[in-house]
This record gives sequence, structure tokens and C-alpha cells, in this order.
Amino acid sequence: MEVSVLEKQAVIEMRGVTKRFVDVIANDKVDLKLYAKEVVGLLGENGAGKTTLMNVLFGYYNLDGGKLLINEKEVTFNSPKDAINNGIAMIHQHFTLVQTQTVLENAMIGMEGSFFLDKKKAKEKLLKIEKQFGLNLNPDALVWTLSIGEQQKLEILKALYRGAKILIMDEPTAVLAPTETVELFETLRTLVDSGHSIIFISHHLQEVMDICDRVIVLRNGIRVAERTVADTTIPELASLMVGRELLERLEKGESSIGEPVLEARNLKARNNRGIVAVDNLSFILREGEVLGVAGVSGNGQTELSEMLFGQVKPEEGEIFISGVEVPGGNPSEIIKTGMARIPEDRIATGLFMDLSVKENMILESHVSEPISKNGLINMKEIRDFAQNCIENFSVKTDGMDVPVKTLSGGNLQKVILARELVGKPKVVVACQPTRGLDVGAMEYVHQAMLDQKTEGAGVLLISDDLDEIFLLSDRIIVMYEGKIMGEVSSEEADRDKIGLWMSGVTS
Amino acid sequence: MMSEIFSVAFITGLIGATLRMSTPIILATLGEIITERSGVLNLGIEGTMLFGAALGFLTTLATGNLWLGVFVAALGGIALSLLMAVLAVYLGLSQHVSGLGITLFASGLAMFIYRLVVGSPIVPPVITPFTPVAIPLLSRIPILGGSFFTQYSLTYITWALIPLVSIFLFKTRAGLRVRTIGQNPFAADTVGVNVNLTRTLSLAAGGAFFGVAGAFLTLAHQNMFLIDVIGGRGWIAIAMTIFGNWNPLMGAVGALIFGFLDAFQLRMQTLGVDLPFHIFLMIPYLITILALISVSRKATVPAGLLKPYRREDKGG
Amino acid sequence: MISMSIVKRKPLPGWVLLIIPVAAVFVTLLITSIPIIIAGGNVFKAYGALFYGALGSKFNLLETFVKASPLVLTGLAVAFAFRAKFWNIGAEGQLFAGAIAATWVGVYFTWLPSFLVLPLMILFGFFAGGLWATIPAFLKTKLKVDDVVTTLLLNYVIFHIMGALLFGPMQMPGSSWPRSASIMEAGFYPVLIARSRFHLGIIISLVAIAVIWYINKKTVFGYQSRGVGINIEAAKFGGINTGMVILKTAIISGGLAGLAGVGEIAAIHHNLMMDVSTGYGYTGIVIAMLGNLHPVGVALAAFFFSVVSVGAQTMSRVAGIPIYITGIIEGVSLMTMLVFILLTEYKIRWTKS
Repeated sequence: MEVSVLEKQAVIEMRGVTKRFVDVIANDKVDLKLYAKEVVGLLGENGAGKTTLMNVLFGYYNLDGGKLLINEKEVTFNSPKDAINNGIAMIHQHFTLVQTQTVLENAMIGMEGSFFLDKKKAKEKLLKIEKQFGLNLNPDALVWTLSIGEQQKLEILKALYRGAKILIMDEPTAVLAPTETVELFETLRTLVDSGHSIIFISHHLQEVMDICDRVIVLRNGIRVAERTVADTTIPELASLMVGRELLERLEKGESSIGEPVLEARNLKARNNRGIVAVDNLSFILREGEVLGVAGVSGNGQTELSEMLFGQVKPEEGEIFISGVEVPGGNPSEIIKTGMARIPEDRIATGLFMDLSVKENMILESHVSEPISKNGLINMKEIRDFAQNCIENFSVKTDGMDVPVKTLSGGNLQKVILARELVGKPKVVVACQPTRGLDVGAMEYVHQAMLDQKTEGAGVLLISDDLDEIFLLSDRIIVMYEGKIMGEVSSEEADRDKIGLWMSGVTS
Repeated sequence: MMSEIFSVAFITGLIGATLRMSTPIILATLGEIITERSGVLNLGIEGTMLFGAALGFLTTLATGNLWLGVFVAALGGIALSLLMAVLAVYLGLSQHVSGLGITLFASGLAMFIYRLVVGSPIVPPVITPFTPVAIPLLSRIPILGGSFFTQYSLTYITWALIPLVSIFLFKTRAGLRVRTIGQNPFAADTVGVNVNLTRTLSLAAGGAFFGVAGAFLTLAHQNMFLIDVIGGRGWIAIAMTIFGNWNPLMGAVGALIFGFLDAFQLRMQTLGVDLPFHIFLMIPYLITILALISVSRKATVPAGLLKPYRREDKGG
Repeated sequence: MISMSIVKRKPLPGWVLLIIPVAAVFVTLLITSIPIIIAGGNVFKAYGALFYGALGSKFNLLETFVKASPLVLTGLAVAFAFRAKFWNIGAEGQLFAGAIAATWVGVYFTWLPSFLVLPLMILFGFFAGGLWATIPAFLKTKLKVDDVVTTLLLNYVIFHIMGALLFGPMQMPGSSWPRSASIMEAGFYPVLIARSRFHLGIIISLVAIAVIWYINKKTVFGYQSRGVGINIEAAKFGGINTGMVILKTAIISGGLAGLAGVGEIAAIHHNLMMDVSTGYGYTGIVIAMLGNLHPVGVALAAFFFSVVSVGAQTMSRVAGIPIYITGIIEGVSLMTMLVFILLTEYKIRWTKS
């Protein structure tokens, strides 16, 4: 009896935790318990407050209300240091590694011990941990030479190096290929067996079912449900997560496939480290179809889109739009062809965050009439154009004159969609168009893509979200290490086969 | 004239002068390297050096104690760097603008205090400056010993600081933290390293270096305070930081080259070469620009440089 | 221990933004009263003298305008460059370039019809400054050399070029000092108000404010220049030739600084000498920041600095405060303004632990 009570002692308890940002409540009185040797899933869509809640637990944010208990004793965390001292480590979605330093230096930072660095002793300790958990990395390797999967291993090693007993993992599978995910799950099970507890953040339902013991669902910052995995189903979790049926009601209009509108021939490009990222890649996109480009991110999709957008000149190969070759590496030439370009990172490349909504609307049209003439800007035309865009794409904004940075993520993407699609393009290239969007905005983007196809445009959809690829595509190609692993029509596509292609396995 | 250039006296004199002239630039460069390695560009350097030059000079003028002057100059440099830390680190204001603001403020303050203390005499007051110290035995090495080992104490200290700063950055706990914060402050924060405090301490260390570098010019190189005593040496140190790829040893090499060019042009002037001396004065700056061009492609700027770190910005 | 954090605040009403410069000036004068007290001055008497010296009579006020003219131009020069994130710290050098070119025309182009002397001085001065600024712009865009450092170093280069010229080909015959001969009288900026130094250059500065405002607001180039400054990646993505935009920005920026140099020759000194500028280029950086990079803001900031600079001479005489108080006031006003601007968007939160 006593033993089971002891076992039921929560290693972590968050009681009524509230966290506010300027005018949003990110977490509203959330409760969470974590027991020893347990994997708890924290489920919710983008913006539900999962990461914020965990950053509170990690001491990165101060809490605005509620309590934090470790082993049933109340604690206050003022910085991650306090969390670390209590055996908590968090592995962020974007890795917190120093690319120019070695594996060892990254592991030992913050835990260096004496005034002078004792790298020998640190290396011994690191190698011991590597051996114990089967996470093998060369301590002297520079981080930038590691693959994404290896960098994630290093993040786990960092946590273990600090003696963490509780690991918070924020969407760890988002960057992994299916086979790497399997490997990660094995590591996590080893960790649990050796007494660790894990909080696993995800919005992938199947993964949650596979690895977790218990699931807590957040929606709009509120904890809406808790289930043990044995007592729930994927559809139930799905409806809990979004508050309604998950299935998008998309209108898949009729379209007929026609002439080629975009053709890539033997494209080759290097990434910013000089490594070949796109290798002899060819495809043809036709009118009235959606061609999905699947693949784990980091396999050359970014570089491919940058070539198509004109940002990067192909090292080899040609690009044809409506049968005409376009010069590479010149965005304005691509803009002239009327291609709609939806960039991967809307904030970094798509928008001037400090400029107004209307000034962002004219990014691509500001050199052409009637927006400007003889080098002078026509403000009335700009206002009409922007008004038209805002209305047609139902952009939610306090007018066209406010800085675009005041808009939500979904509306930022609508600004880009409006700007790109208002001119009735023949070709649409969308790179990760729904990344970071909530379900409502995602549905909007999906419908917009399908509408373009219905109206006769060819849509190239580059995405690492396999669900999205299956939902929208007529044809699917899979990229792995810059090459196309295979092509299949959506009727014949099956997830297992595509999963293998994404891992570089041809069968 | 050629024979004069190749005479032993000319060459040993040139070497000695090179080491002297490069001392303040090496010091300032080392300070800027520490600061920039932590992710802060301190354009307050030029004003901070002038402030150090004024404080050091005035302290020595009042007390007759040269080392006290050096010490007070270092304190002055630290004080200004703490102001920089408030603006650029804790408030997260633009590093460019904060630094230029500090330079403006510190220059004004330095000259204000100087005038306040000495008034406006016709002949500016002078102090008895540092005298070169000959190191026993080593200074007697034929030909080169005299120029290498008959230098100011501050010059010897500066040489010693080059490896010490290297060891600090690459072999110590604090150095690893400074480098990590300069590359990825978020990574440092998540392992419990206090980003803003570490940046502040780096700035303070750099500020002390700047202050002493300035004081060297009024306590050793010259014996009086002139308004243009720094003459852009702070900006040269910024250039040398880039030229040295944020590496203390390479930065010092760059500073030595500049010191050499500076010493060389002075000597060419005194030789009475028939060219306006301004042409010679220009050469060090031109060569510095050329040097920057030559390294620009392979410069590895600390990834966190110029970026203020705020926790409430959702880091990831 | 008390820790500080900076958090975003809700947008403030518009009137708050309008009183911020006033509040910043007030706080600045409050802070700089400390050195005045230390110097043994009476704060009220000192500031009274400052404002009387700058604004107290018609002549004083016109002198303040005279002083403001080069500051407006260098302030605009820096502001225009900074908006495109071209870190032009080289307005001082570009001013020298403009002054050298204007002097060259003014002294040696004696064959010109006299009505052409002044226009040509202005033209040459503008383009000399502009061309000098294209060097760092080119190094930045083509060779990725840090523009802060190159613009700074080039100031020293042109300063010594000027020195070489003034000890060489441009030296006034018979003089042993580094100074040029006087320019032709046809090259003087006409004085517009009798018994003062209120000259044509001041009108040129005012026109420059309007022109820069117009470029920013109404032209494709202004849009592109701002875009490049805010997000160069997005600008490239949008088909903007960013290298060309930076180059053109540099020419306009350097040209404005060059015009400041023309003014010093054509209106003030009438010949070239080593101290043709008293740091106008550097002060321009502060003015640009103080004016929040906006042309009207720059005009107001330049006027304020001119008040301080002109008034400080009276203050120095009446209250016995070293003239270098101006540098302190300028530095403090910059920092205060920066903090005030920050506080419009963020608030500081102290938490006890």
C-alpha cells in the first residue's frame, strides 16, 4: 500500500498555471501532473499554449498565476537555471546549439566545473552517458557538421549531462524522417526504463498514441481534457484538440489537367554550407493540378523553392514557365511571369514587418503601372489595390495603414496569398504554406490552393506535412537529399511507401 | 636616403616605435574582441579611450602617481561600459546608436572635466610620463634587444595580455560562456547562463582595456592631454577586431601592422621625404581598409553580434 | 534580488508620441544640470543664458539658423542612409569631399561666367560627397566589408587627402599654413537678411528636407530604400535590386553631406582649411537618431542642437561653464531620446524574487 502511494507521488505538478502576454492569455489556470517513469503527451494545435506552458515549467517565463510543485514541494523558478537544478531539461523545437562549437563544448556549457575547462574529464563523462543510452556522437565534432537527427541526440545528451530526470521535448519529431522517429522513440523508452519522465509535445496524434502513457489536451490556453492512451482513440483526441471535427470540409472543385506551366530540368544547387542540396532534379507541373513535393524538411526543399522564386541561381539546370526559359537568380524576372510565390518563411522573406499592410501588398507590383508611373507612387491606386486584396481574402486587420506586424500569423499569410493570387496566376509555388498556422487559417490556405487549381493554375505544393500533401495533391513526388526518390499519383499513394521514400529507402 | 632606411639605428628605432605605437591599439583590440565575442559591438570605444586618457592624465597630474592614473582610467572605462550595458544590453537599444552615443557623451565629458580641472592655460600642463624599462639581460641582446626589451611597463603588460585573453576565451569556463552568448544567447540562457550579466561583465572588461589604452597615450606616449589624442585609434581597433577574425592573437598582429605603418610614416616624415606628410598619415588607414577587404569573405562574425537578447521575445 | 525584464506594451495614443521629444529635452536638461552644478554654475542662470544666446534676439536667432544649416544636411544624410541600413558614419568625410570640390571650383574655375560659379560649386560638392560615399557602399554590397568601419576609416583618409592638398596644390600661394586661397565672390552664398549671416544655404537645407520627405513618401525609390532597410531578404524576394538601391542611397546621402561642405565654404569660411567642419558629420549621426530618421524630426533635432551649440557660447561666457558641455548635452539627449522611444513600445517590469 505504502509503495503505491509513493509511486503516485507526482514528480511535477503544475497547479492553476496562468501566463499572460501583452493582450493574450497564453495559459489559463492549467493543471498538469507528471509521475516518475511516465511519458505524458501535451497535445494541442498551433497557438494552444503548449510551448508557453512548458517554458513556464522550464523557468524561461515567470508565471502570472498558479503554483509549481516538484516532488510535492512548492518551488519558484526565476530562470532555466532553477529548473535545471531541479532536474528539468527542455529540448526546444529549434535547437539551442552553438553551430561553431564542438559537441563537447555544447554539452558542458553551464556545467563546466572549475575555472579552467577540464575537457578531459568532461569528455569521459559525456562518453559514459553516450554509452549508457546508446547515443553515439563524436565529442570533438563541430555541431554544424552534424545531421538534424544527430543534433537532436546532442540536445538529449545535453539534458542528460546535466543530470536531468525530467525531459520536456517540444515537437521533437517535426524535423525527423520516419526512421529517425522510430530511433528517437527507442531512446525515449530507454530513458523511461532508467527512471526518467518525459513530457512530449506534439500535434501528431499517431505519435502521441505510440509513445505516451497519458495525454493532456490544450485548446486556446485552457486544459480541455486528460486521457490515458489506453482509454482514448485518435478521433476523440482530434476533436478534443480542435473543438470540432478535425476533417476539413474542402471543396475539391473539378479541373482538367492541361499544358505544362512549370518545368524544372536537372536543377542543382548548394546550401549555404556549400553542400549539394538539390541534385539533378526535374519535374513538370501542368495546368489544373496540384503537385505535392513531400519530404522531411532539410532535404533540399528550401533550396528548390529559392531557385523557383529566383532568389538563388541554379548551379546547373533550367526553369521553364509556360514553355519559356526564365533566367535564374533574378526575382524580378520571375515576378514578370506572374508566378505566385508563397515563401517558406513568411516573416523572414515574405514581408516587411515594420511597413503597413498596404505597403506589403505592393511588394511585387510597386514597379508596374498603375501602382507607380515614372518612378512615382500613386497612392490612390495603392489604396484601391490594397482594399481589394483585403476584401477578397478577408484579411483581418485594423485597416490598411497599420504595420503588418500587428496581424496574426494566419492573417500575415493571407496578406501574402492576396498579394500573390490576386493577379490570377498560371503557376503557384507554395513552400510550407501552413507552417505554424492554426486549423482555421490552415483550412483557408488549403481551400485557396484548391481554388487556384480549379481555376486552371498549376500548383506546386512543397510541404513536410504529409497529411497536407495527401489532402491536396493530385500527384506526389518525394524529395530526399536533394533528389526525387519517387513519384506516384495520389490514388495509388500509400503512406508506408512514401514514408520509406522520405527516409531514403527505395523499394 | 635608402641607406638611411636600412641603417641599424633606423631599423631598431622603427621596431621600438612600432611596439610603442601599437600598444594602445592592441589593448583596445583585445577589449573589443572580448566585448564582441559576447555579442556586443561597442562603438563607444573611441570616446571611452578619450575619457580614459583624460582621467588618467588628470589623476596623475593631481597625485603624481602614474599607476593610480592607469587605475582610474580603467575605472572610468568600466563606468562608461556599464552605461553601454544599460542601453544596449538591458534595454536592448541599437548597439550602433548606443555606442556612438557613448562616444559623443564620453568625449564631451572628457574635455569638460579636463577644462574644469586645468582651466584654459596658454601652455597645457604636463606630467612626468612613464619611462621605458630595460629588462635585464634581454635588453642587452645585440641589435634587437634594445628595441624589444626597452619598453614601457604597460607595453610588457599588453604583450602578456595577448595570450592571457586567448586562454581566457578558449580555456576557461567564463570564456566558453562568453563565446556561447555571442553565438547563441538563447542556448546559453536555456542552460542557466545569465546572458545579460555575462554581456555586462564582458563590456566592463573591454571598457577597462579601452580606458588603459587611452591612458597609455597621455601617460606614456605623450605627457599631456590633447583633444585629438586618440585620433581614431578606437576605430582602428574595431577594424582590427574584424581583421583578426575575433581572435586575440590575429587581432594583435593586425594592431602591430598598423603600429608599424604609423611608426614608419613618422620616420619618413622626419627623414624629410619630399611629399606632404598627410600622404604618410593616410597610409595606415588605407592599408587597414585593404586588410579588411582581404578578410571580408572569410570573416566569421559572432552570430549573436548586434542582437539584443530579450526573454519575452519568444525565442523558439 | 530584483530582476528587470522588458515587455511589450499596448500601443500608446498619438498625443503621447508628440510630447515625447519635449519630454526628452526636458529630462536631458535635468540630467545635464549635474555637470553644470559641479562646474559651480547656477543652473537657471546657465540655461537662461543658453536660450537667450540662441533665441533671445533677432541676430541670435538668425545665427542659430546659420549653425543649423549644415546640421540639417548631415542629419538628413545620415538619416537617409540609416533608413536603408547603410551605416554611413562617414558624413564628416563626405562633407570634406564636398568642401574640397566646392573650393576647387570656387578658386580655380575663374574662366566660368560668374552666374555659373555657385551652381557648379553646389553640383560638384554634391557629387563629390556622393561619390566618396559610393566607396563604402560598393565595398558593402560587392565585397561584404563592414560599412561602419569603412565609412569611419575613410573619414581619416579624406581628411589627410585634404591635408595633402592644402600643403600641396591647393595651398594659398605664399602661405605656410594649410589653407586654400579665397574663392571668388561669385561663389559666396548670398546673404538674404541684412546685418546677419542668414544665407542661401539655409534655404537649400529647407528644400533638402522637403525633397527627402518627398523621396521617402512618393517615389518608388523611397519605398525600395525603406524596404531594403527593414528586411533586405524580403526586398530581394520582391525583385528589388538591393545593391543598386544601396548605391543610390549612398550617393544621395553623401551628396547631402557634401552640400554641408559647400555651405561651409560658400557661406562661412570662403576658403578651405583643416577645421572646415567642427564635427558636423558626427553630430549629424546623433541628429538623425534624435529625429527618428524622419526628415521633419531631423530638422527639429538639428535646430535643437544648434540652439545648444550657439547658446553654449553665451552660457560659457556668462556662467563660466566649459563650452564642452555641448558634447555632454548632445550625448545625453541622444540616450534619453532612445530610452523614451523604447518606452513607447515597451515597458520595464521589475520583479522581486
